[in-house]
Amino acid sequence: MEGYLDPMWCIIWFIVMIPFFAFGLKKLLFILREHPDQKMIVALSGAFIFLLSSLKLPSVTGSSSHPTGTGIAVVFYGVGVCSVLATIVLVFQALLIAHGGFTTLGANCVSMGIIGPLVGLLVWKIMRKTNAGVFISMLVTAFIADLMTYVVTAIQMTLNVVTTNGADFGSAFVDFMSVYAATQVPLAIIEGLVLAMFAQYLYTSRPDVFQIADSNPVNPFAKEE
Amino acid sequence: MSMTKNQKIYIGCFAIIAVLCIGTLATVNGDFGGSDDAGGEVVEEYGYTPWTEDLFATIGFEMPGETESLLFALQAAIGAVIIGYFIGVTTATNRLKAQKGETAEE
Repeated sequence: MEGYLDPMWCIIWFIVMIPFFAFGLKKLLFILREHPDQKMIVALSGAFIFLLSSLKLPSVTGSSSHPTGTGIAVVFYGVGVCSVLATIVLVFQALLIAHGGFTTLGANCVSMGIIGPLVGLLVWKIMRKTNAGVFISMLVTAFIADLMTYVVTAIQMTLNVVTTNGADFGSAFVDFMSVYAATQVPLAIIEGLVLAMFAQYLYTSRPDVFQIADSNPVNPFAKEE
Repeated sequence: MSMTKNQKIYIGCFAIIAVLCIGTLATVNGDFGGSDDAGGEVVEEYGYTPWTEDLFATIGFEMPGETESLLFALQAAIGAVIIGYFIGVTTATNRLKAQKGETAEE
């Protein structure tokens, strides 16, 4: 998708991404330095983004797409760290596979690493407050984070053609939503199930790690403790 | 042998995933091209022309489909190896703890 966003939008999305990425990197380095026992969970969070975002799956629209895998990362370490881990994967894909791209890196990070996961994290916090189990909480969180990623992508593409080609916002948004979000619904269900299964496994074998998730603040700019 | 609650959950989830994937492939007519490419086509329908090409195209190199598949597989493998390592370490640690607990009881 290199060059598919107007340079103005490339810059805007990079500017939006930078504070989240900077705070996330700071928090990630803090965790690795102060809590070395959590290195494996951090690696695991990144591993799910690596694994799931590489799986191109067929969808009911006759098209194919891939999940995002950001649910685990955002639940355990928040939006900032999630944006850093997502950026590592996006750079890997842009550099080696020519998938995504460097000019669209900011926009992709905002949709996949920031806004999608942020909405997912809010859902996780609400569900956990209502005493929902880990399985169902992660299922809904991952589903929403995945779907919202592509809703944001549709908004980004719509804004691009509205400002550069004078397209009507409503009709362009419907067009992009039908391409991205409609394709994504079954894949978001699959992602929700995969991450929920793993969350259930973690809850059985390492219940202690959910203390990290429960103490993780929604605010990506909160000070580390 | 009766199944544990987790085993029932895993089997149920894998069954739903299989139905979604196999059911889609079996019943939907389509070429299953990437939605990214489809999104690019919609952009061009609105009269937008991309102002640059991907990194490889700018240096006159087109990546073969097989190589792209290999690199996607490599990406998946990196993730899978880390997840597998975590599961292995966790299982071994929990088993050791259980064994230590049994020894202490004796």
